[in-house]
Amino acid sequence: MHGNSETGPALVALVQSKPRKGAYAENLASLRAVFSQLASLEPVPELIVLPEAALTGYFLEGAVYESARSAELFGHEVSSLWRDVAGERPVEIAAGFYEVENGSYYNSAIWLALDERETRIINVHRKLFLPTYGVFDEERFLSRGNRVRVFNSPLLGPTALLICEDAWHSIVPTIAALKGARTIVVPSAAPGRGIEGEGELLSISRWRELLRGIAMEHGCFVLYAGLAGFEGGKGMTGSSRAIAPDGEILVEADAREGCIVRAELFLDDVEIARANLPLLGDLRAVLPDLLADDELPWLRGQTDATGR
Amino acid sequence: MLPVVDPPKRDPYTAPKIDPAVAARWLVGFLRDECLGRRGMENAVVGLSGGVDSAVTAYLCVHALGPRNVHLVRMPYRTSSPTSLHDAQLVIDALGAVGHTVDITAAVDGYLQYEPEADARRRGNVMARTRMLVLFDQSAKLTALPIGTGNKTERLLGYFTWHADDTPPINPLGDLFKTQVWELARYLGVPPAIVDKAPSADLEANQTDEGDLGIRYARADAILSSMLLGYRDEQLHARGFDAAEVALVRRRVEGTHWKRHLPTTAMLTNTAINEFYLRPVDY
Repeated sequence: MHGNSETGPALVALVQSKPRKGAYAENLASLRAVFSQLASLEPVPELIVLPEAALTGYFLEGAVYESARSAELFGHEVSSLWRDVAGERPVEIAAGFYEVENGSYYNSAIWLALDERETRIINVHRKLFLPTYGVFDEERFLSRGNRVRVFNSPLLGPTALLICEDAWHSIVPTIAALKGARTIVVPSAAPGRGIEGEGELLSISRWRELLRGIAMEHGCFVLYAGLAGFEGGKGMTGSSRAIAPDGEILVEADAREGCIVRAELFLDDVEIARANLPLLGDLRAVLPDLLADDELPWLRGQTDATGR
Repeated sequence: MLPVVDPPKRDPYTAPKIDPAVAARWLVGFLRDECLGRRGMENAVVGLSGGVDSAVTAYLCVHALGPRNVHLVRMPYRTSSPTSLHDAQLVIDALGAVGHTVDITAAVDGYLQYEPEADARRRGNVMARTRMLVLFDQSAKLTALPIGTGNKTERLLGYFTWHADDTPPINPLGDLFKTQVWELARYLGVPPAIVDKAPSADLEANQTDEGDLGIRYARADAILSSMLLGYRDEQLHARGFDAAEVALVRRRVEGTHWKRHLPTTAMLTNTAINEFYLRPVDY
């Protein structure tokens, strides 16, 4: 694991992309230009994070069936772009995409690790919580994932991927942290709404509070890559940001424009944050009692607290 | 080409920030609670050196208790800088508090005449402890609670006379770094002549705190604020702090833990005070 006091910080780039809806090949070509730019940066980032549905746009409805890829194909396409522009230079890439496997479709995010010799798929996370209300209609077209894996990023160590609404259910980052995650990475596509706030849309403020809460409760880094641009009148809110384990926002992008957001992560900040606010350790101690509580509806064969 | 958004350039030596309005409000509440609530004392007495710490303490006390209930005592020694005396008077005048001047020369020299070989350090400690004597006696005379003025930086670096500067029963500034005290001073309207001058214990001519310590307060505070969170030296180096300064600060902090405690008492029984027999300070 890099990013400690001996090796210097881990170098991260969050790509706030504005894909053209459904234009996969065109968006792939744009990503090649972005990778070329990233490879020319000094220093070159060690981790690149792309948003949810990064190469297709988010609101695809039935067109998701035409744009989905297998994880292997998507991983090959993305990693080949990096190889083309950066040769054998190692990098890790996280990116959201619509996945197909055996006729089932998922809103997924892949984690790739490229070294001099090979490209490995380290993890594929399938979105657990598919928003299907109001403007959202994911579950009509997609299947749900069923677990949060914590995987070992060669750069960051134990890491979890969550996609968009996954992060809104506090139990999901909690499970990730309990399983050892020190960094939680959230590719997202968040349509903006709420004009009652001051200075920014309410949904942007809400996301910021939410992600800072995750970082502070669990003493972990949170990296958020947000899709930007309008999709049929629905403006994606970008706001890609990196948050330190003490809740400090290290860097944050504006809402609407495409950009590259760079951050440096001193990974040993996790130990400091957890030592100063040991909530995760406290939770480990108390959680077994909480889960054994026989008043929990599912332990009583009920679906909710009303007894129904 | 996409625009690149970088984190704000971070100077590791950025001093820890405060919101001075919030801090002032909180500390005024603390002083009211300790003086009026817990002890039923309407008056406070503060030793006023002409420096920023005691000036800020005086301002806070006046906000908490009113100017007529705050006694500000100047305690010059014959070698003290006239500027210190003058600056202390600025505070008394600005606040309309009750000013007192007690010259400690006779008391200090009354003892030191028998110790002619005492070096500057010993002489300084005698002056500081004499001021403590005066402050506590004035407290009894005026029925006024002595208020401490030591800041967090000097407490951590051990840059104070034990059982002198640290003796008052309550201290509003003890958890504020020196740079934060300066920020609070500007917010409270402490005269710029006091805020902007080089801090000095004024125990010798041309003495400055930063000269004694070997590091600027702003740099020490930045190191301390990270060090206290638990960062080890190599982690501080990786974050851009100078290794020699980190070592200096670490040496001072780790060599002075004893100064931040009451005297060590040998434990002999199952009822040893503060070991077995434990009661909160406000119980």
